[in-house]
Amino acid sequence: MKFVGVTSCPTGIAHTYMAAEGLEQAAKAAGHTIEVETQGSAGFDKLSPETIAAADAVVFAVGVPVRERARFAGKPTIEADVKKAISDGPGLIAQAVAAAEAAAASPTAAQAGSPAPPSGGLVTKVDQHASTGNRIRQWLMTGVSYMIPFVAAGGILIALGFMVAQLAGGKNGAIVVTKLYSLTGPPDPNPTHIVNIVTDFNPADGMHWAALLFLVGAASFSFLVPILSGFIAFAIADRPGLAPGIVGGFIAATIGAGFLGGIVTGFIGGFVALWISRWKVPKGVRGVMPVVVIPLTSVFITGALIIVVLGRPLKALSDGLASWLNGLTGSNLILLGVILGLMMAFDMGGPVNKVAYTFATTGLAAAAVATTGTSLQIMAAVMAAGMTPPLGLALATTIRRHLFSEAERENGQAAWLLGASFITEGAIPFAAADPLRVIPSCMLGSGVTGGLVMLFGSTLRAPHGGIWVTPLIGNPLLYLLAIAIGTVITAAAVIALKAAGPGPVKTELDAGGLAEVVVS
Amino acid sequence: MSLITENLVVLNLDSPDRHAATRVLAQALADEGRVTDLDGFLADVRRREEQMPTGLPGGIGIPHARSAHVTEPTLAFGRAPQGIDWGAEDGPATLIFLIAAPEGGGDDHLKILAALARRLMRTEFRESLMNAPDAAAVVDVVTREVVNP
Repeated sequence: MKFVGVTSCPTGIAHTYMAAEGLEQAAKAAGHTIEVETQGSAGFDKLSPETIAAADAVVFAVGVPVRERARFAGKPTIEADVKKAISDGPGLIAQAVAAAEAAAASPTAAQAGSPAPPSGGLVTKVDQHASTGNRIRQWLMTGVSYMIPFVAAGGILIALGFMVAQLAGGKNGAIVVTKLYSLTGPPDPNPTHIVNIVTDFNPADGMHWAALLFLVGAASFSFLVPILSGFIAFAIADRPGLAPGIVGGFIAATIGAGFLGGIVTGFIGGFVALWISRWKVPKGVRGVMPVVVIPLTSVFITGALIIVVLGRPLKALSDGLASWLNGLTGSNLILLGVILGLMMAFDMGGPVNKVAYTFATTGLAAAAVATTGTSLQIMAAVMAAGMTPPLGLALATTIRRHLFSEAERENGQAAWLLGASFITEGAIPFAAADPLRVIPSCMLGSGVTGGLVMLFGSTLRAPHGGIWVTPLIGNPLLYLLAIAIGTVITAAAVIALKAAGPGPVKTELDAGGLAEVVVS
Repeated sequence: MSLITENLVVLNLDSPDRHAATRVLAQALADEGRVTDLDGFLADVRRREEQMPTGLPGGIGIPHARSAHVTEPTLAFGRAPQGIDWGAEDGPATLIFLIAAPEGGGDDHLKILAALARRLMRTEFRESLMNAPDAAAVVDVVTREVVNP
């Protein structure tokens, strides 16, 4: 028989190659051939697609996740720890033979990616040697690394949309672009005309270009939570995890649970899929497991769980927060600024953030006729506090590069622009990968900024736009100062927490490998 | 520069445990100028060892690290006739290979370490190291098998 294999290990200089040698020797001794791709630090020569296509089975003997794993999809697969290939190469080759024979006997399962291998217990994503904490981090990092392109594309497109709107539409352009353009529906007969950009796009109108950028960016953003959730589930359960993870994430986003909700749905979807794919089923059902039974049951169970588990508490939470905030109005303004700042950074687009933001924008609408007033100050505090999380993380990745993974450092570059444009989501990749350290750091900086904006008495008439609406800000210099202070505080806090905590090296390794999967 | 020199061979390694043995070999690397910061390098090796001990069946231990404190890919070799526990299931290690790789990598330099790792899986290679009469013979075997095969 012909086999292909992949070997890897954390350091990439010893076990990777010993394992390759072990598999080659064992295959030769048993009268088979195997070509092994060593994913070590000396780079790796990819197996050709023809070689992979011709292989009867695949052997992964790995200590870190296989890079570009999708190339091997659909093949009968044996997965084991890298040490297994060193200590017992012949055993792995024997398993590969068994898997190849079983797949030949039941081709449907093999073609569908064989999530429920007929010979039982062969495919496992779980690294026996990693601690629970490391495994959780690997799962989160997998989700984050697939989400980053959506954050970068969506965030930068939205920021560009604001810039163009500012040039084409004057100082209110950045507000108008978020409100008066849409991809669907007939023109709105209400006082403000809504332009359907699909039917009425006019290349000569700068605002239409701004809206085009904004709407494409917004479309990309709408995938953040589903993709995060889907690929967390994928890391846990492999291919069967994708459908329940993505659907669960979409529901989480729809009901306003934000990225924290998406992490929850990723874990639920992943474990539900893992559990179902391990069911022992009669032979006749096995063929339809990957195409019907697993997707059907895992998607329904996950979706139903999310709606029942997350839906009601979320509603209660946002209602409770909203009435609490209304009770606070008029009391100490600086305290209110601090609280709004903390809320903005807590979940970056989730229910808590949304309550704070909605609180500010509804105040803005009510104050439309007033000339000054606390409503405008509240809006100013909320926007400033929403800008500091990405800015602070961008600063942290710039001055302490080694504390962040390659993917995070690249995301840090984009985060400057996202933060400056009040796109708090720019901080989500960092927060999703390491919530316990990143979220408190962001809250600290945002809380201080929110309080300072109140103290300085800056005002804002726009509901969005970041630095692109500076002409609309009262007291702009002090406003920018407050943002700068919060940015520095968030950066300092995140650096201090990451430097004190365990294992940045390990995280870097995983993220590096995964990031390559994403870009290649 | 060579992968190994006679000064990087310790034929009678009698340290009480794997950390002490690693330190003896790492000291040799530092004395030869292959490692710039002994404690920094040892910390890197230890971090790797804590992820998963590097003892392997057949009585070998391969402590190793990619480290900013390493100047070039180098092997320090130790023979411990009485055996040192290296975390392998089938018993203590008698052949110890401390592999030091520089941090910046991904180039041809590291291919020599890949070749070394592959040879470790060959019984004849291990036996000739086990039976080498002196340090010069060890260097000879490694050079012949790994550097100029």
